[in-house]
Amino acid sequence: MGLLALKNKKITRRSKEDKVFDIINVFLVAIILILVVYPLYFIVIASFSDPNMIYDGKVWLLPKELTFEGYERIFQDNKIWLGYKNSIVYTVVGTIVNVSFTLMAAYALSRKDLYGRNVIMFLFLMTMFFSGGLIPTYLVVKNLGLLNTMWALILPKAVAVWNVIVAKTFFETSIPNELLEAAKMDGCSDAKFFWKIVLPLSKPIVAVMVLFYAVGHWNSYFDALIYLNNENLYPLQLILRNILIQNEASTMMISDLDSLAAKQRVSELIKYGVIIVASIPLLIVYPFVQKYFVKGVMIGGIKG
Amino acid sequence: MARKANHVIDSPIQSKKRIKLKKILSNYQLYLFLLPALIYFIVFHYVPMYGVLIAFKDFVATKGIMGSPWVGFKHFERFFDSYQFWTLIKNTLGLSVTQLIVGFPLPIFLALMLNQIRSEKYKRFVQTVVYAPHFISVVVLAGMIYVFFSNNGLINNLILIFGGDPISFMAKTEWFKPLYIASGVWQETGWAAIIYLAALAGVSPELHEAAVMDGANKWQRIFHVDIPAIMPTAVILLILSVGNIMNIGFEKAYLLQTPMNQPAAEIIPTYVYKMGLQQAQYSFAAAVGLFNSVINLILLIAVNKFAKKLSGTGLW
Repeated sequence: MGLLALKNKKITRRSKEDKVFDIINVFLVAIILILVVYPLYFIVIASFSDPNMIYDGKVWLLPKELTFEGYERIFQDNKIWLGYKNSIVYTVVGTIVNVSFTLMAAYALSRKDLYGRNVIMFLFLMTMFFSGGLIPTYLVVKNLGLLNTMWALILPKAVAVWNVIVAKTFFETSIPNELLEAAKMDGCSDAKFFWKIVLPLSKPIVAVMVLFYAVGHWNSYFDALIYLNNENLYPLQLILRNILIQNEASTMMISDLDSLAAKQRVSELIKYGVIIVASIPLLIVYPFVQKYFVKGVMIGGIKG
Repeated sequence: MARKANHVIDSPIQSKKRIKLKKILSNYQLYLFLLPALIYFIVFHYVPMYGVLIAFKDFVATKGIMGSPWVGFKHFERFFDSYQFWTLIKNTLGLSVTQLIVGFPLPIFLALMLNQIRSEKYKRFVQTVVYAPHFISVVVLAGMIYVFFSNNGLINNLILIFGGDPISFMAKTEWFKPLYIASGVWQETGWAAIIYLAALAGVSPELHEAAVMDGANKWQRIFHVDIPAIMPTAVILLILSVGNIMNIGFEKAYLLQTPMNQPAAEIIPTYVYKMGLQQAQYSFAAAVGLFNSVINLILLIAVNKFAKKLSGTGLW
């Protein structure tokens, strides 16, 4: 009893300096939180505010002189919606290719009875540390006749080595060998075992793979920049680049305005708006799927 | 009799071969599983490695890689002698080394801080928020930089409030690096902290309890329990980032380039893109790219060796 009291006393005495530590820590973390959130929040309020108010530095916490003109013009613009449609197609088809190639390869490599698995794994891993580079890869894509097709965005990125490692680690640790032996006794083939037993047991890793690859496709612009020059094939990110950085695509959207000042005003508004419009799909799903991303990093991390 | 003996000697080898063959055949479906990925790596990674030979040739598209004439190190020499060589090296290394020095420790600090938060709810909320920028596309990130740092953007408004003079950030060579690094920190620090948080979660609570019993305060526990626990992870990640030091995020640099900040913003990968794909000097650009990859590989091997000697952890 006395010992316990002593112990308690010790803890309360010590916790005074620890308490100061905690308060400062919570406060610093709150500042970090604001630094991360505020730029995002500002984009949202700026997309609804009169650009003159932004220029004059009057928009800080709430939108000023509410306007929807930016969004109206964005919604009327065909290019953006075409880009949206293209991005959705590339993301869906690309992710299907990515996930099926990756999971099949990862499962095969996770099987200890696969003759030559180390050699093949080594072949895969090598590509992480040395690559032919941009130009030779471009020439391969060109020689295969993939330029100006959607496959130029999908096939050269079909498998990410890192994701193979993540999926392989998952299969190795979570599919018990006894299951395979039992299935083999019943005359189950490898393909059937993978499809009927492994995949249903691996839903988390399938989710991780789908998310990693899908975000990659949705966000990429560079492959489209080098492999496509047909504007009708442009994904959303490339159109965004033209609007946000080249300041060009918006000329179509504001052609009815006369004065330069009005043009500049609305094109600012459009910039804030397209950032929101382009990020909305991710913003909607992000809170629900965040834990899968984290899981993916952790599985990869254990191995690394 | 003799024949029989022969047979007996022969058979273990033969049967070993047969077993191997049988093993391969019985797993043929697994090899089919591997086939798409294998073809992918050969076509899009190993064929380009062969294609890098054009760096030593004068590549003519109609003659193909084999048919084009050898020129030895001509393209390399041209690159080394060009007036841009040292600028490119300086810009590339300057950007990536600064990024490493600034960007590497911050996720560790963040993870240590988050790990000390007692309210699970607050902690989870902060984590969800700080991971989010990782999913913003590089185009949107660059677009945000342009609108925030434009002449009458958010940042210049802040400067005005505090009585300073507005700065044209995107037109100044000296601002390219800070903008590049800071935006990277903003976007990736939270995400990079995940792996350290996982390592910290793996620390046995008994270790902390024992430290408390010995009278250690929070600082001491961070230094003597938490930091040693994440050391191996940190070393591996450090090796990987040093090994990638020349593979600097080229997509962002390219987007942040303006005609005015070009002298500071041109790095080897953007130079390769412009020379190779915009000006179609395939061989020259391939040579520059190869130079970059080789330096990278050497760095990776060297750092791995060094880390192994120092801490016993390495990639291989």
